[in-house]
Amino acid sequence: MAEKLLELRGVSMAFGGLQCIDGLDLHVDEGEIVSAIGPNGAGKTTLFNLITGVYEPTAGDIVFAGSSIKGLAPHKITQRGIARTFQTLRLFLNMSVRENVMSAAYSHTKSGPLRSMLRTPGMRREEQEIRELAEKRLAFFGERLMGYRWDQPAYSLSYANRRRLEIARATATNPRLLLLDEPAAGMNPKETQEITDLIAKLRTDAGYTILVIEHDMHVVEGISDRVIALDHGLKIAEGSFEEVATSPQVIEAYLGTGGMARK
Amino acid sequence: MSGFDGDDLTQPLEGAREAAAAEGPTSPEVGRDEWVARHDEHRAGRSGLLGIVEERLSRIPWWAWLTLFVAVFALMPVGVTDGYWRRVAFDTVLFMMLALGLNVVVGWGGLLDLGYIMFYGFGAYTYAILRSPEFGFHWPTLLVMAIALVGGALLGILVGLPSKRLSGDYLAIVTLFAYQIFISILIGGDNIFGSNVTGGVNGILKVDPLSFFGHVVPVSKEGGVFNVAYLYIALAFSTVLFIALRFIDRSRTGRAWRSMREDSLAAQLMGMPVPWLKLMAFSFGAAIAAFTGTLFVALNGSVFPGNFDLTLLITIYAMMILGGLGSQAGAVIGAILISVLLELLRDPSNSRYIFYLALVLGLVVVLRLSVRLAVVAGGVIALGIVVRLVVDQVDASWTGGAPDGTGWLGDLIARWVVEPSAVTLWLKSVTYISLIALALLLTTLRGWTRLIVLVPTIYLAAFVWENILAVEPAVTRYILLGGLLVVVMIVRPNGIVGEKRVEII
Repeated sequence: MAEKLLELRGVSMAFGGLQCIDGLDLHVDEGEIVSAIGPNGAGKTTLFNLITGVYEPTAGDIVFAGSSIKGLAPHKITQRGIARTFQTLRLFLNMSVRENVMSAAYSHTKSGPLRSMLRTPGMRREEQEIRELAEKRLAFFGERLMGYRWDQPAYSLSYANRRRLEIARATATNPRLLLLDEPAAGMNPKETQEITDLIAKLRTDAGYTILVIEHDMHVVEGISDRVIALDHGLKIAEGSFEEVATSPQVIEAYLGTGGMARK
Repeated sequence: MSGFDGDDLTQPLEGAREAAAAEGPTSPEVGRDEWVARHDEHRAGRSGLLGIVEERLSRIPWWAWLTLFVAVFALMPVGVTDGYWRRVAFDTVLFMMLALGLNVVVGWGGLLDLGYIMFYGFGAYTYAILRSPEFGFHWPTLLVMAIALVGGALLGILVGLPSKRLSGDYLAIVTLFAYQIFISILIGGDNIFGSNVTGGVNGILKVDPLSFFGHVVPVSKEGGVFNVAYLYIALAFSTVLFIALRFIDRSRTGRAWRSMREDSLAAQLMGMPVPWLKLMAFSFGAAIAAFTGTLFVALNGSVFPGNFDLTLLITIYAMMILGGLGSQAGAVIGAILISVLLELLRDPSNSRYIFYLALVLGLVVVLRLSVRLAVVAGGVIALGIVVRLVVDQVDASWTGGAPDGTGWLGDLIARWVVEPSAVTLWLKSVTYISLIALALLLTTLRGWTRLIVLVPTIYLAAFVWENILAVEPAVTRYILLGGLLVVVMIVRPNGIVGEKRVEII
């Protein structure tokens, strides 16, 4: 068994009286691709927000690479090696495609404003490195985000390309764990197939451990080592895709008991 | 790793291959990008002479534009020997620096700072206190400038502390309060625990001019004419500032500021320390404003709390927004336009051209070049001639006045607008209020009734302008500036050189 990279121990999250996540235990091993599935409102995105520090859990602990990250500011957590994409795309729309990716190199670069104003040799070297890093991350997507697109504003991109750019931006933080929130949402079958291949490539070529939220079961089936099903903030099933897909609780969560009975 | 079979992944979804094949052999393959492949075709569409000019202009590097700009500005005093306009040029450079500094906070950082002028005042008072006979300090200029710069940066951090938690409207209110406290300290500063620090409302007088390494730079030459050396010193500092800011914009910090403006949560989740970046943006803007304040007071030789009123803050915001938020070139262009315009508007003969130009432009924007425009224009001219003839027949003293200022437009207007020899307060109030009432009425009307009401409204506007507003340029110039800003914002919503901005799709 590989080492646990991320571990959630009895994590709970309540907004007022609403219990969104309830005593959740979850772990992602080094080098694994884990999918989180569940109906809308099951708490999947809340789970991501808890891991990345947008919310602090009301109970439980989150351990990443051996140390607790609970209560850390989001940028500190990113510095430790967790990066994410967003279900509702949150790109820096009025910045160029390349700048979007370059900006995410902030946490592992050093040049301060003074050195930037003086344009010291060290700063220029680092700037060149950031540029090359960004271009390398964008090149990962083949021709999609190449060439003249580098200098175009992010708002000019199509929906699918924005999703790709979000992934490129997240990888520019040099993460160990990549959290992908519905990477295939709004994509056509061709593009969905492409993103499925790509997520696998992110692991094999770049070596990221990946936790992904996805509604498209083709994608989930294609990529997952392990699937975790959530409903109402509780883990209702865990295991291989087949195990989870045939679990009575999962079928009930998606279709409801009434739906089964009427048939 | 369990249950992972890499080979399966290379298989496309059911139907994906067929769908791709159905599009025919000419369509791009899966994974290829149609737009990239055809990009050159799309670009070729923008041809013609204008296209070529645009293409060539876009290839000129920024430093070439900057060199050209500085050269033109530096050569300006050769052509303009008038001390007054040279002085205006100096003030314009200060405005440029203030707008560039505000652009860091608002344009890049996206933080609505309504206390910005406080830092300008802080720099001016720092210089005045450390270089005047008031307290007997006469510290070296460069040292005082450095103190103002660092002190301004620290004050910026102090005032910016709430920005760690606050954003948007809340931050605006907090900074406005901080500014009010600052002004109160300046006014009550002649008795802080019994000692005089700021001179209170009387300010600080007889401030030393700039002096570098023992060489005093006199404020004025023989006959009290503005010493053009001040213009060159300010221009040199502003050029250095422009380049430094340009460098920081294209750096890790500049990108982080702009990311924070676009989406502060996403920026933080991409590893950028947003609270610290906010403080840094505040501090940068403050330091620039404080530094500019030292130049201001060194030339003026005196400083009062009244120098730092809200009108100045609004003017600088207007400069930045007019030029294009977030653009350095925009801040410079906006500063020049508004600074020069405000000077021109001091004279009624000049402001008349701008008023009627804004009126005509506004009409063209609203009505377009159409029959309706011709009807309204013809109607207004005819109405004016008829009204003037009738009024002249009834009582000649009602048309006995003359328009203020000179110029061909003034002569033309004199034959058209009713100009009573004596404008009573009663007449002023009635016409001004009816103009506002008519303008409000216009917004509720549609179709031909609107055009019919528009005609007397415009004539009344001309009457009010000639008889009431043009007489008081101190107030009027800001009204006119506001009108002009509205027109520019309709024509170019992102400012003169501002890029198209998209918030949400």
